[in-house]
Amino acid sequence: MPKLLAMRGNEAVAYAAKYARVEVVAAYPITPQTIIVEKIDELISKGEMDAEMIHVESEHSALAATYGAAAGGVRAFTATSSHGLMYMYEVLWWTAGSRIPVVMAVVTRAMGPPWNIHVSHEDILATRDTGWLVSMAENNQEAFDLTLQMFRITEDPRVYLPGIVGLDGFILSHTVEPVELPDQETVDEFLPPRRQPYVMEPGEPKAMGNLVPDEYFEELRMDMQQSMENAVKVIREVGREYAKYFGRDYSELVECYKCSDADYIVAGTGSWMGDAKIAADKLREKGYRVGVMRLRWIRPFPWSDVREAAMSKKAVIVMDRSLSTGHAGPLFLELSSALEAKPSMIGVPAGIGGVDISYEDIERFTEKAIQLVEEHGRVYIPAMWYHLGKIFPTYPSSNVKLD
Amino acid sequence: MAVSESEQRRGVVAVIEPGGHKLPLSMAGPGAMGKTGYWRTQRPVVNYERCTGCYLCWLYCPDNVIEMVPGKGPRGQDIPVIDYDYCKGCGVCAAVCPVKAIDMVDESKFLAKEKEEGDGNA
Amino acid sequence: MAVNIKKLPKKPYVIPGHAACPGCPESMGFKYLGMALGDKAVVVIPAGCSSVIQGLWPRQGFGLPILNIVFAAAASTASGLARALKRRGVDAQVVVWAGDGGTADIGFQALSAAAERGEDIIYICVDNEAYMNTGIQRSGLTPYGAWTTTTHTGKKQFKKPMPQIVAAHRVPYVATASVGYPWDFIAKLKKAASIRGFKYIHLHAPCPVGWRFDPSLTAKIAQLAVETGAWILYEYENGKLRLNPPSNRLIDPKKRKPIEEYLKLQGRFRHLKPEDIEMIKKEIETNWEDIIRALKIQGDL
Repeated sequence: MPKLLAMRGNEAVAYAAKYARVEVVAAYPITPQTIIVEKIDELISKGEMDAEMIHVESEHSALAATYGAAAGGVRAFTATSSHGLMYMYEVLWWTAGSRIPVVMAVVTRAMGPPWNIHVSHEDILATRDTGWLVSMAENNQEAFDLTLQMFRITEDPRVYLPGIVGLDGFILSHTVEPVELPDQETVDEFLPPRRQPYVMEPGEPKAMGNLVPDEYFEELRMDMQQSMENAVKVIREVGREYAKYFGRDYSELVECYKCSDADYIVAGTGSWMGDAKIAADKLREKGYRVGVMRLRWIRPFPWSDVREAAMSKKAVIVMDRSLSTGHAGPLFLELSSALEAKPSMIGVPAGIGGVDISYEDIERFTEKAIQLVEEHGRVYIPAMWYHLGKIFPTYPSSNVKLD
Repeated sequence: MAVSESEQRRGVVAVIEPGGHKLPLSMAGPGAMGKTGYWRTQRPVVNYERCTGCYLCWLYCPDNVIEMVPGKGPRGQDIPVIDYDYCKGCGVCAAVCPVKAIDMVDESKFLAKEKEEGDGNA
Repeated sequence: MAVNIKKLPKKPYVIPGHAACPGCPESMGFKYLGMALGDKAVVVIPAGCSSVIQGLWPRQGFGLPILNIVFAAAASTASGLARALKRRGVDAQVVVWAGDGGTADIGFQALSAAAERGEDIIYICVDNEAYMNTGIQRSGLTPYGAWTTTTHTGKKQFKKPMPQIVAAHRVPYVATASVGYPWDFIAKLKKAASIRGFKYIHLHAPCPVGWRFDPSLTAKIAQLAVETGAWILYEYENGKLRLNPPSNRLIDPKKRKPIEEYLKLQGRFRHLKPEDIEMIKKEIETNWEDIIRALKIQGDL
């Protein structure tokens, strides 16, 4: 029987690794990821999880050991945050290029200096180019569900790329929410035996990763891009299957809230999109038809979903908990390109370094953006920074007149 | 390896399924860098009269281009046969030979001879 | 464990036509690795000469499965791989084949951690005493006085004592070896494979390109390093130190060949002044003193 338990997001992720029958976990502690490692270690110690923990000395080694175990033919898992993710950055590329399925949780957190352990998406969004699938949870149940699905998706022969499940630091990682845990038997039915393209073991003297002609190198990358396209299909299939087994449907890569009749779309990813939905309702009370488009997947980028949901809208307001310093928020840039900037587009960097953003804040900057659109007709504002209740147009849109 | 359903369920044994992808995998085989014999400027030539079949040249050859052929020497000893398609001519074999049975000969001499004989093989 | 050369496996673990430079000690050493461990070995190779020696896709020049990995991560990757293969019940010996930079510098942290955790792997440091793959830059294992492209007037520091550092982790087996003494290296590899836990073998590998000597002399220079006492063959089994032949006969400095015989064949030492040679002698003497002290404490001297 499935059971409903109250738990923190990190514990939900740890349980997902257990239900997936992960065999090897290698991880290094970093706030706010630590609970995942502690919980898995506890589950192993109590005999509730049949796995080995490799207590590595760094994140670089954490992913390397996880990768080594996965290449050796077992389901392997790791988790990290922020500086830890950056420290393992080259191994991200190596893992993806090897086509070895691995699942990792990234508990989002700001990059220093100065030290800041609070939520920001600058860490997870820096993985966009590495060849990993990247998803973002809105709540703890979704963190559990995405982790479980990620094993099946990454191990699908059409995909064979590693995958990241993102959950927001503290907002999800340390916040208790009800999470439904399934039966192991049902999970076993949902999650087939591990598949991978090859295993490093004695026998066939093959080399993984020796030099190749540049042309073949490029073809390997083309194959990865094709696999990302396949992943869109696989994510939908697995999401539909998940609904059959567990009653929650994940067939959409993008969650649309009241989008169909909306003139204005608030777009973004992560936990604060829950607040965005409340803000949309408030704005609707004021007569603005606002919908919310939450990216559950960052890679593969949900190109057609986004276009379908937002291409014909008056404006898209993109909330970015991150900034590509010197340009605009990463999600703004990606959505602008996917939407060919046909709607008016306003990028709102906000909440960076864990600055609290309430639904009232979202309501405030969204209303401001809507007013700009209604006043000027079409607008294109890459970076309209929202900070402590005020709006600061910044480069490359610092000359925007707000009044 | 035969895998029971329960073992697969546990995830202990991965099912290998290439999935039709291009993969960064190479298989062991000769000539991974081509016919490296072309790199050679000096050719090791074995004097089988002198050779005692001690295997040291075979043991030390960094390119593994020496094969020991059992009992084929003039005194019935095992003798080294060098694969000139791949021998880089480093001369380690000549240097470790305890009886100086391997001479390093300038490759140009062979080239001239081969030209004369109309044999283009290096 | 005596090794009969003629009975060594004939199977090619280094395959003709690979990409190593002529006279390469790494391909020489890899051959011995295959001869000793056979087909049970799976080798993890971080960035270095041996990543290149494999040659070009779709072929590779080593006769064993190779998992190439980023520079700093060999010991960690091997840890994960060994755990996975063990869990799956696969009869395997996971080996790290890393250079001096991949061991003593960038890979040091991961190596130390794997040793501390007691991972069941054999870690081999193939020490050619500089970053040869990138074009002869100094490493933590470049010896005093040696010219490299980043020590134009000769290195001013001593070589990091890696075998002692790893032995200080109290791992079950640490040994030095040399490509000049394949039978010794093979015997040590076989011994290491029979021991569970973390094993470390430090293989001295003279590089003709980086050390500036004629490629025919690779084995001879390796032997001279041992005969002059510049490189010492020994092993720690469960912390107990033992000198191996021929180093066990060289405790008395008078029995060693003069160091000049070793130095004069190498272009990297051509610029040495007499006082530099004195420093090199001092480095060698310090190494021997450490060994002698340990043997005395054990009551073996």
